[in-house]
Amino acid sequence: MSLAEGVLQLIEDAARQQEFAKVTAVWLEIGALSGVEVEAMKFCFDAVTRDSVADGARLEIIALPGSGWCMACSMTVPMSEVFGECPQCGGYQLQVTGGTEMRVKELEVV
Amino acid sequence: MCTTCGCGTGEVKIDGADAHHEHEHVHADGTRHSHDHGHGGAAHDHPHTHGHSYAPAHSHAPGIGAKRMVQIEQDILAKNNAYAAQNRQRLAARGIFTLNLVSSPGSGKTTLLCKTIELLKGARSVTVIEGDQQTSHDAERIRATGAPAIQINTGKGCHLDAHMVGHAMEKLELPADSLLMIENVGNLVCPAAFDLGEAHKVVILSVTEGEDKPIKYPDMFRAATLMLMNKCDLLPYLSFSVPRAIEFARRVNPGIEVIEVSATTGQGMEDWLAWIDRQAAVARRAA
Repeated sequence: MSLAEGVLQLIEDAARQQEFAKVTAVWLEIGALSGVEVEAMKFCFDAVTRDSVADGARLEIIALPGSGWCMACSMTVPMSEVFGECPQCGGYQLQVTGGTEMRVKELEVV
Repeated sequence: MCTTCGCGTGEVKIDGADAHHEHEHVHADGTRHSHDHGHGGAAHDHPHTHGHSYAPAHSHAPGIGAKRMVQIEQDILAKNNAYAAQNRQRLAARGIFTLNLVSSPGSGKTTLLCKTIELLKGARSVTVIEGDQQTSHDAERIRATGAPAIQINTGKGCHLDAHMVGHAMEKLELPADSLLMIENVGNLVCPAAFDLGEAHKVVILSVTEGEDKPIKYPDMFRAATLMLMNKCDLLPYLSFSVPRAIEFARRVNPGIEVIEVSATTGQGMEDWLAWIDRQAAVARRAA
Protein backbone atom coordinates (compact mmCIF):
# COMPACT_ATOMS: atom_id res chain seq x y z
CA MET A 1 0.00 0.00 0.00
CA SER A 2 2.78 2.45 0.82
CA LEU A 3 4.47 1.54 -2.47
CA ALA A 4 1.24 2.41 -4.30
CA GLU A 5 1.20 5.69 -2.37
CA GLY A 6 4.80 6.23 -3.48
CA VAL A 7 3.70 5.80 -7.09
CA LEU A 8 0.91 8.34 -6.59
CA GLN A 9 3.34 10.82 -5.01
CA LEU A 10 5.64 10.60 -8.03
CA ILE A 11 2.64 11.14 -10.32
CA GLU A 12 1.43 14.14 -8.33
CA ASP A 13 4.91 15.69 -8.32
CA ALA A 14 5.08 15.26 -12.09
CA ALA A 15 1.57 16.72 -12.48
CA ARG A 16 2.69 19.90 -10.70
CA GLN A 17 5.94 20.18 -12.63
CA GLN A 18 4.63 19.30 -16.07
CA GLU A 19 1.16 20.78 -15.77
CA PHE A 20 -1.21 18.01 -16.62
CA ALA A 21 -4.60 17.46 -15.07
CA LYS A 22 -5.31 13.82 -15.73
CA VAL A 23 -3.32 10.61 -16.07
CA THR A 24 -4.82 7.93 -18.30
CA ALA A 25 -2.13 5.26 -18.06
CA VAL A 26 0.88 4.45 -15.88
CA TRP A 27 3.78 2.13 -16.78
CA LEU A 28 5.63 0.51 -13.89
CA GLU A 29 8.77 -1.55 -14.22
CA ILE A 30 8.69 -4.33 -11.64
CA GLY A 31 11.58 -6.74 -11.32
CA ALA A 32 10.96 -10.42 -10.63
CA LEU A 33 13.11 -10.18 -7.47
CA SER A 34 11.75 -6.86 -6.17
CA GLY A 35 9.32 -8.53 -3.78
CA VAL A 36 6.40 -6.58 -5.25
CA GLU A 37 3.21 -8.58 -5.55
CA VAL A 38 1.79 -7.38 -8.87
CA GLU A 39 -1.84 -8.27 -8.11
CA ALA A 40 -1.64 -6.49 -4.76
CA MET A 41 -0.04 -3.46 -6.43
CA LYS A 42 -2.90 -3.26 -8.94
CA PHE A 43 -5.50 -3.48 -6.19
CA CYS A 44 -3.78 -0.87 -4.01
CA PHE A 45 -3.14 1.42 -7.00
CA ASP A 46 -6.87 1.60 -7.73
CA ALA A 47 -7.59 2.31 -4.07
CA VAL A 48 -5.03 5.10 -3.56
CA THR A 49 -5.64 6.87 -6.88
CA ARG A 50 -9.36 7.32 -6.31
CA ASP A 51 -10.22 11.05 -6.58
CA SER A 52 -6.64 11.90 -7.60
CA VAL A 53 -5.18 12.99 -10.96
CA ALA A 54 -4.74 9.29 -11.72
CA ASP A 55 -8.32 8.24 -10.93
CA GLY A 56 -9.26 5.47 -13.35
CA ALA A 57 -5.81 5.31 -14.94
CA ARG A 58 -4.77 2.05 -16.58
CA LEU A 59 -1.86 0.36 -14.82
CA GLU A 60 0.60 -1.40 -17.12
CA ILE A 61 3.23 -3.59 -15.51
CA ILE A 62 6.49 -4.18 -17.35
CA ALA A 63 7.90 -7.34 -15.78
CA LEU A 64 11.70 -7.45 -15.75
CA PRO A 65 13.50 -10.77 -15.37
CA GLY A 66 15.77 -11.54 -12.45
CA SER A 67 19.43 -12.26 -12.94
CA GLY A 68 22.39 -12.99 -10.75
CA TRP A 69 26.15 -13.48 -10.88
CA CYS A 70 27.20 -17.01 -10.00
CA MET A 71 30.56 -16.93 -8.27
CA ALA A 72 31.26 -20.57 -8.98
CA CYS A 73 30.48 -20.35 -12.73
CA SER A 74 31.72 -16.74 -13.12
CA MET A 75 28.77 -15.86 -15.28
CA THR A 76 25.41 -14.08 -15.22
CA VAL A 77 22.50 -16.52 -14.92
CA PRO A 78 18.71 -16.07 -14.81
CA MET A 79 17.10 -16.14 -11.36
CA SER A 80 13.43 -16.49 -10.50
CA GLU A 81 13.72 -16.30 -6.71
CA VAL A 82 16.05 -14.35 -4.46
CA PHE A 83 17.17 -17.60 -2.83
CA GLY A 84 17.27 -19.50 -6.12
CA GLU A 85 20.04 -21.82 -7.13
CA CYS A 86 22.30 -21.46 -10.15
CA PRO A 87 20.74 -23.26 -13.14
CA GLN A 88 24.27 -24.18 -14.32
CA CYS A 89 25.94 -25.61 -11.24
CA GLY A 90 23.11 -25.84 -8.68
CA GLY A 91 25.06 -23.77 -6.13
CA TYR A 92 23.76 -20.88 -4.06
CA GLN A 93 26.74 -18.53 -4.38
CA LEU A 94 24.66 -16.04 -6.33
CA GLN A 95 24.64 -12.25 -6.10
CA VAL A 96 21.51 -10.64 -7.51
CA THR A 97 22.45 -8.30 -10.36
CA GLY A 98 19.08 -7.50 -11.94
CA GLY A 99 15.36 -7.78 -11.32
CA THR A 100 15.02 -5.71 -8.14
CA GLU A 101 13.58 -2.71 -10.00
CA MET A 102 10.41 -0.94 -8.91
CA ARG A 103 10.20 2.20 -11.01
CA VAL A 104 7.59 4.47 -12.49
CA LYS A 105 8.68 4.50 -16.15
CA GLU A 106 6.24 6.78 -17.92
CA LEU A 107 2.74 8.21 -17.93
CA GLU A 108 0.13 8.89 -20.57
CA VAL A 109 -1.50 12.19 -19.66
CA VAL A 110 -4.12 14.58 -20.96
CA MET B 1 6.04 -5.38 0.91
CA CYS B 2 3.24 -3.19 1.97
CA THR B 3 1.49 -3.86 -1.30
CA THR B 4 0.85 -7.25 0.28
CA CYS B 5 0.05 -6.37 3.87
CA GLY B 6 -2.01 -3.29 2.99
CA CYS B 7 -0.71 -1.13 5.80
CA GLY B 8 -1.42 2.58 5.59
CA THR B 9 0.41 5.77 6.42
CA GLY B 10 -0.94 8.52 8.64
CA GLU B 11 -1.56 8.22 12.37
CA VAL B 12 2.18 8.36 12.98
CA LYS B 13 3.07 9.60 16.45
CA ILE B 14 6.49 10.41 17.87
CA ASP B 15 6.41 10.19 21.65
CA GLY B 16 2.68 10.74 21.46
CA ALA B 17 2.76 13.88 19.28
CA ASP B 18 1.49 14.04 15.70
CA ALA B 19 4.27 13.91 13.13
CA HIS B 20 2.45 15.30 10.12
CA HIS B 21 2.90 18.87 8.93
CA GLU B 22 2.51 19.67 5.29
CA HIS B 23 2.03 23.35 4.56
CA GLU B 24 1.36 25.68 1.69
CA HIS B 25 3.39 28.68 0.52
CA VAL B 26 2.05 31.62 -1.43
CA HIS B 27 4.77 33.52 -3.26
CA ALA B 28 4.75 37.27 -3.92
CA ASP B 29 3.75 36.66 -7.53
CA GLY B 30 0.73 34.67 -6.42
CA THR B 31 2.01 31.17 -7.28
CA ARG B 32 1.26 28.57 -4.66
CA HIS B 33 2.86 25.32 -3.79
CA SER B 34 2.72 22.97 -0.85
CA HIS B 35 5.46 20.74 0.47
CA ASP B 36 6.54 18.70 3.45
CA HIS B 37 9.06 20.15 5.87
CA GLY B 38 12.70 19.22 5.55
CA HIS B 39 14.71 18.22 8.58
CA GLY B 40 17.07 21.18 8.40
CA GLY B 41 15.97 22.59 11.75
CA ALA B 42 16.14 26.34 12.20
CA ALA B 43 17.71 26.91 8.79
CA HIS B 44 14.34 26.03 7.25
CA ASP B 45 15.79 24.76 4.00
CA HIS B 46 13.57 22.88 1.58
CA PRO B 47 15.69 20.22 0.02
CA HIS B 48 12.98 18.22 -1.76
CA THR B 49 11.53 18.77 -5.15
CA HIS B 50 8.37 20.76 -5.46
CA GLY B 51 6.85 21.93 -8.68
CA HIS B 52 6.38 25.64 -9.36
CA SER B 53 3.62 26.54 -11.70
CA TYR B 54 4.39 29.46 -14.02
CA ALA B 55 1.27 29.21 -16.14
CA PRO B 56 -0.10 30.85 -18.11
CA ALA B 57 2.93 33.00 -19.08
CA HIS B 58 4.48 30.19 -21.09
CA SER B 59 2.16 27.24 -21.21
CA HIS B 60 2.70 25.10 -24.25
CA ALA B 61 -0.33 22.88 -24.29
CA PRO B 62 -0.33 20.72 -27.39
CA GLY B 63 -4.04 21.17 -27.88
CA ILE B 64 -6.82 20.42 -25.46
CA GLY B 65 -7.60 16.76 -25.00
CA ALA B 66 -4.46 15.53 -26.80
CA LYS B 67 -2.74 12.67 -25.08
CA ARG B 68 0.98 12.86 -24.47
CA MET B 69 3.60 10.75 -22.76
CA VAL B 70 5.59 11.93 -19.76
CA GLN B 71 8.86 10.18 -18.91
CA ILE B 72 9.29 9.66 -15.18
CA GLU B 73 12.02 7.01 -14.78
CA GLN B 74 11.97 7.30 -11.00
CA ASP B 75 12.24 4.68 -8.34
CA ILE B 76 9.04 4.20 -6.33
CA LEU B 77 11.06 4.47 -3.14
CA ALA B 78 12.84 7.63 -4.37
CA LYS B 79 11.23 9.87 -1.77
CA ASN B 80 12.13 7.61 1.13
CA ASN B 81 15.64 7.20 -0.26
CA ALA B 82 16.10 10.98 -0.43
CA TYR B 83 15.12 11.34 3.24
CA ALA B 84 17.42 8.43 4.11
CA ALA B 85 20.35 10.08 2.31
CA GLN B 86 19.66 13.25 4.30
CA ASN B 87 19.61 11.31 7.59
CA ARG B 88 22.82 9.49 6.64
CA GLN B 89 24.58 12.76 5.88
CA ARG B 90 23.53 14.34 9.18
CA LEU B 91 24.62 11.26 11.13
CA ALA B 92 27.97 11.01 9.35
CA ALA B 93 28.68 14.70 9.97
CA ARG B 94 28.51 14.03 13.72
CA GLY B 95 30.29 10.67 13.64
CA ILE B 96 27.20 8.77 14.77
CA PHE B 97 27.14 5.07 13.92
CA THR B 98 23.62 3.81 13.25
CA LEU B 99 22.18 0.31 13.16
CA ASN B 100 18.66 -0.66 12.07
CA LEU B 101 17.54 -3.74 14.04
CA VAL B 102 14.95 -5.83 12.28
CA SER B 103 13.22 -9.12 13.12
CA SER B 104 9.86 -10.76 13.59
CA PRO B 105 7.89 -9.85 16.72
CA GLY B 106 9.11 -11.68 19.82
CA SER B 107 12.69 -12.39 18.71
CA GLY B 108 14.03 -10.61 21.79
CA LYS B 109 15.19 -7.38 20.12
CA THR B 110 14.39 -5.14 23.07
CA THR B 111 15.94 -7.45 25.67
CA LEU B 112 19.06 -7.78 23.51
CA LEU B 113 19.19 -4.01 23.15
CA CYS B 114 18.85 -3.44 26.93
CA LYS B 115 21.66 -5.91 27.55
CA THR B 116 23.85 -4.25 24.89
CA ILE B 117 23.32 -0.82 26.46
CA GLU B 118 24.23 -2.18 29.90
CA LEU B 119 27.44 -3.71 28.57
CA LEU B 120 28.40 -0.52 26.73
CA LYS B 121 27.88 1.68 29.77
CA GLY B 122 30.90 3.90 30.22
CA ALA B 123 32.40 2.87 26.88
CA ARG B 124 29.99 4.34 24.35
CA SER B 125 26.82 6.40 24.64
CA VAL B 126 23.78 4.83 23.05
CA THR B 127 20.54 6.45 21.92
CA VAL B 128 17.52 4.45 20.79
CA ILE B 129 14.63 5.06 18.40
CA GLU B 130 11.87 2.55 19.04
CA GLY B 131 9.28 1.67 16.40
CA ASP B 132 6.02 -0.08 17.26
CA GLN B 133 2.49 0.21 16.00
CA GLN B 134 1.20 1.14 19.46
CA THR B 135 2.37 1.76 23.05
CA SER B 136 5.60 3.20 24.40
CA HIS B 137 6.43 0.11 26.48
CA ASP B 138 9.69 -0.54 24.63
CA ALA B 139 10.97 3.05 24.94
CA GLU B 140 10.20 2.87 28.66
CA ARG B 141 12.20 -0.36 28.97
CA ILE B 142 15.15 1.29 27.21
CA ARG B 143 14.93 4.45 29.37
CA ALA B 144 15.05 2.23 32.45
CA THR B 145 18.62 1.29 31.42
CA GLY B 146 19.56 4.98 31.49
CA ALA B 147 19.80 5.44 27.70
CA PRO B 148 17.71 8.17 26.04
CA ALA B 149 14.96 6.70 23.86
CA ILE B 150 12.14 8.00 21.73
CA GLN B 151 9.10 6.03 20.64
CA ILE B 152 7.61 6.22 17.15
CA ASN B 153 4.13 4.74 16.90
CA THR B 154 3.40 3.91 13.29
CA GLY B 155 -0.36 3.47 13.84
CA LYS B 156 -1.47 1.28 10.97
CA GLY B 157 1.99 1.34 9.36
CA CYS B 158 4.05 -1.83 9.47
CA HIS B 159 7.52 -0.30 9.23
CA LEU B 160 9.55 2.81 10.01
CA ASP B 161 10.42 5.10 7.11
CA ALA B 162 13.25 7.62 6.75
CA HIS B 163 10.91 10.60 7.17
CA MET B 164 9.70 9.48 10.62
CA VAL B 165 13.26 8.69 11.71
CA GLY B 166 14.44 12.14 10.58
CA HIS B 167 11.86 13.75 12.86
CA ALA B 168 12.76 11.49 15.77
CA MET B 169 16.43 12.45 15.28
CA GLU B 170 15.45 16.11 15.61
CA LYS B 171 13.80 15.45 18.97
CA LEU B 172 16.73 13.48 20.37
CA GLU B 173 19.93 15.17 21.34
CA LEU B 174 22.32 12.76 19.69
CA PRO B 175 25.82 13.07 21.17
CA ALA B 176 28.67 13.22 18.63
CA ASP B 177 30.52 9.94 18.05
CA SER B 178 27.73 7.93 19.69
CA LEU B 179 25.78 4.85 18.70
CA LEU B 180 22.19 5.17 17.45
CA MET B 181 20.12 2.00 17.52
CA ILE B 182 16.84 1.98 15.63
CA GLU B 183 14.56 -0.87 16.67
CA ASN B 184 12.20 -1.34 13.74
CA VAL B 185 8.62 -2.60 13.93
CA GLY B 186 8.60 -6.40 14.38
CA ASN B 187 8.09 -7.51 10.77
CA LEU B 188 10.35 -9.47 8.44
CA VAL B 189 8.78 -8.14 5.24
CA CYS B 190 8.27 -4.41 4.74
CA PRO B 191 11.20 -2.91 6.73
CA ALA B 192 13.57 -4.57 4.24
CA ALA B 193 12.66 -2.07 1.53
CA PHE B 194 12.92 1.10 3.60
CA ASP B 195 16.37 2.61 4.04
CA LEU B 196 16.40 4.78 7.18
CA GLY B 197 19.90 6.18 6.73
CA GLU B 198 21.54 3.46 8.82
CA ALA B 199 25.04 2.07 8.31
CA HIS B 200 23.78 -1.53 8.48
CA LYS B 201 20.65 -3.56 8.98
CA VAL B 202 21.07 -6.24 11.64
CA VAL B 203 18.52 -9.04 11.47
CA ILE B 204 17.73 -10.97 14.63
CA LEU B 205 16.55 -14.56 14.32
CA SER B 206 15.75 -16.34 17.56
CA VAL B 207 16.25 -20.09 17.72
CA THR B 208 12.64 -20.55 18.85
CA GLU B 209 11.60 -19.62 15.29
CA GLY B 210 11.92 -21.80 12.20
CA GLU B 211 15.41 -22.26 10.81
CA ASP B 212 14.04 -21.72 7.28
CA LYS B 213 12.96 -18.12 7.98
CA PRO B 214 15.81 -16.74 5.83
CA ILE B 215 14.36 -18.37 2.71
CA LYS B 216 10.76 -17.63 3.72
CA TYR B 217 11.57 -13.91 4.08
CA PRO B 218 14.57 -13.59 1.75
CA ASP B 219 14.39 -9.83 1.19
CA MET B 220 15.15 -9.07 4.81
CA PHE B 221 18.05 -11.48 5.08
CA ARG B 222 19.45 -10.15 1.82
CA ALA B 223 19.26 -6.55 3.12
CA ALA B 224 21.09 -7.34 6.38
CA THR B 225 24.85 -7.31 6.95
CA LEU B 226 24.71 -9.32 10.17
CA MET B 227 22.40 -12.00 11.54
CA LEU B 228 22.26 -12.33 15.32
CA MET B 229 20.99 -15.73 16.36
CA ASN B 230 19.35 -14.97 19.67
CA LYS B 231 18.14 -17.12 22.60
CA CYS B 232 20.96 -19.62 21.98
CA ASP B 233 20.75 -20.66 25.65
CA LEU B 234 17.55 -22.52 24.70
CA LEU B 235 19.21 -24.68 22.01
CA PRO B 236 19.42 -27.81 24.23
CA TYR B 237 15.61 -27.84 24.47
CA LEU B 238 14.90 -27.32 20.77
CA SER B 239 15.37 -29.18 17.51
CA PHE B 240 16.70 -26.02 15.84
CA SER B 241 19.76 -26.67 13.66
CA VAL B 242 22.17 -23.72 13.72
CA PRO B 243 24.17 -24.89 10.65
CA ARG B 244 20.97 -25.27 8.62
CA ALA B 245 19.78 -21.77 9.58
CA ILE B 246 23.18 -20.35 8.55
CA GLU B 247 23.08 -22.31 5.30
CA PHE B 248 19.61 -20.88 4.50
CA ALA B 249 20.78 -17.34 5.34
CA ARG B 250 23.87 -17.64 3.10
CA ARG B 251 21.69 -18.99 0.30
CA VAL B 252 19.93 -15.62 0.04
CA ASN B 253 22.95 -13.56 1.12
CA PRO B 254 26.31 -15.30 0.64
CA GLY B 255 28.12 -12.49 2.47
CA ILE B 256 26.00 -12.32 5.65
CA GLU B 257 27.89 -12.53 8.95
CA VAL B 258 26.45 -14.58 11.81
CA ILE B 259 26.91 -14.29 15.59
CA GLU B 260 25.23 -16.66 18.05
CA VAL B 261 24.09 -14.80 21.15
CA SER B 262 21.93 -15.06 24.24
CA ALA B 263 20.81 -11.84 25.88
CA THR B 264 19.89 -13.89 28.97
CA THR B 265 23.22 -15.64 29.63
CA GLY B 266 25.46 -13.11 27.88
CA GLN B 267 26.79 -15.74 25.46
CA GLY B 268 28.27 -14.20 22.31
CA MET B 269 27.71 -10.64 23.53
CA GLU B 270 31.45 -9.92 23.42
CA ASP B 271 31.56 -10.86 19.73
CA TRP B 272 28.54 -8.65 19.04
CA LEU B 273 30.13 -5.66 20.80
CA ALA B 274 33.40 -6.29 18.94
CA TRP B 275 31.45 -6.33 15.65
CA ILE B 276 29.91 -2.93 16.53
CA ASP B 277 33.37 -1.53 17.34
CA ARG B 278 34.85 -2.85 14.12
CA GLN B 279 32.04 -1.60 11.90
CA ALA B 280 31.91 1.81 13.63
CA ALA B 281 35.64 2.19 12.97
CA VAL B 282 35.13 1.26 9.30
CA ALA B 283 32.29 3.80 9.02
CA ARG B 284 34.44 6.52 10.62
CA ARG B 285 37.27 5.91 8.18
CA ALA B 286 34.87 6.03 5.24
CA ALA B 287 33.32 9.33 6.36
